[in-house]
Amino acid sequence: MIHIPDFANATAVQIIFCILAFITLLTAFLTIYSRNPIHSAIYLVICFFSIAGHYLLLNAQFLAIVHIIVYSGAIMILFLFTIMLMNLNEQKEVHKPRITRLGAIVSFCLICLVLIAIFINSKPIVGEYTATGEDYQSIKVLGKILLNEYMVPFEFASILLLVAMIGAVLLSKKEKIEK
Amino acid sequence: MDSTIIIEKSVIIVAVFALTMLMAMYSTWAERKVAAWLQDRVGPNRAGPFGLFQPLADGLKLFSKEEFEPNTPNRFLFFVGPAIAMSTALMTSAVIPWGDKLHLFGRDILLQATDLNIGLLYFFGVVSVGVYGIMIGGWASNNKFSLMGAVRAASQMVSYEVAMGLSMIALLMMTGTLSLREISAQQAGMNWNVFYQPLSFVIFLICAFAEANRTPFDLAECESELIGGYHTEYSSMKMGFYLFAEYANMFISSTILAVLFFGGYNYPGMSWAVENWGVNIANVLGFGALFIKLCGFIFFFMWVRWTIPRFRYDQLMHLGWRILIPLSIINIMIVGVVILRAEIFAYLGF
Repeated sequence: MIHIPDFANATAVQIIFCILAFITLLTAFLTIYSRNPIHSAIYLVICFFSIAGHYLLLNAQFLAIVHIIVYSGAIMILFLFTIMLMNLNEQKEVHKPRITRLGAIVSFCLICLVLIAIFINSKPIVGEYTATGEDYQSIKVLGKILLNEYMVPFEFASILLLVAMIGAVLLSKKEKIEK
Repeated sequence: MDSTIIIEKSVIIVAVFALTMLMAMYSTWAERKVAAWLQDRVGPNRAGPFGLFQPLADGLKLFSKEEFEPNTPNRFLFFVGPAIAMSTALMTSAVIPWGDKLHLFGRDILLQATDLNIGLLYFFGVVSVGVYGIMIGGWASNNKFSLMGAVRAASQMVSYEVAMGLSMIALLMMTGTLSLREISAQQAGMNWNVFYQPLSFVIFLICAFAEANRTPFDLAECESELIGGYHTEYSSMKMGFYLFAEYANMFISSTILAVLFFGGYNYPGMSWAVENWGVNIANVLGFGALFIKLCGFIFFFMWVRWTIPRFRYDQLMHLGWRILIPLSIINIMIVGVVILRAEIFAYLGF
């Protein structure tokens, strides 16, 4: 059955995790719920920061900082930039037809059903964690693993990014020629 | 955790905070003095000797001014904007090594708030988040000039972060570490990184100007076009926070430049001083050396402000994307070739 955590004897890490998880879920919900697109984007930024906090709890400092640099520092700023330029207002919001709303509700209920089924049927194996002191997150270890064991997927990912970049340049060039 | 470590770190954090605030305060005074000197004027000279109490008078004025608020639907974000700008400006100082170590009360005290092994990335992350203060404040002001300033600031920051990151990659290919303490320690003697990485230094310097929103890159608050840019609608201490954050950013950028490229706390003859005068005196002198270096950079920031006029917006983008980024990629290639020169020579059969 669903494992109910023992709140009375929670450790500091567990308490921090609960607070962070609450912030993550709340801001993720508010991202969808708030009507103003700028507010949505700002809630998403807070959500990303709390996810970086989760990484820090897992002792993955490099991942946390890179997450902040890439998602909060670059992607979300570009997002905000675009939203501010487009000047989206609440009035301009598209009204969804009734059939779409119905479809959304049905699919949400189905997802809830699947999630409840997973939680009830899964048997979480929570044994004792032991700190081995092994370094798995510093840039030296990550660099060695990425450029030895996972060399090919790493290079493929870089090619994928390059293709996306060239595609973006191509799309913006095309508009200029048509003018 | 050891309670003495908590006390020790708290003292260092408070000292660094106080130093940042003091330097930001006196940078405003120094800027006006430097401007006056460059334009053959006297500058502030009424409050105290040489106008030294001028920052206090300015602070008092800003605090006691009337708070004016625009009619904005986003009152909360309007308040949060300056707060974010100020806190991100102060957060960066956590990873800066102000000196090697002091030997006091029978224990070694590192003159650094925290020695992250990803210190350089931490600096980069906080800088990249810093633009939120300007963007959110500018947008929440509900004013088209503020919005223009915010949008300009965002695109400028994102453009120059790329070149800044690439120039840092060239540096850390050589140092092999991201910890600012280790980078400082590697530059002992006169092995300053600026002699090995001059191109990287120049790119980093230009990007530091852009990231701190200083002239010639202060298009976010371009008076002649945008009234005041993102802080048009701000008044009283909220405006003061934005200005303060700019000076704090300038101070931190100068410190990072000194630490990364100009040897940090190292000075010629430091190892001799450690042997003959003891650890404490040598490292206090080291802090003095770092302080002199960063004051030099602050002066350079001001010197450029009163020498070079503001760029046009297309010139700014041209410089960032078409000149600095290709240059830094070429720099990375050169550094890679130099590091692997033995292997390359062996491969070619020399």
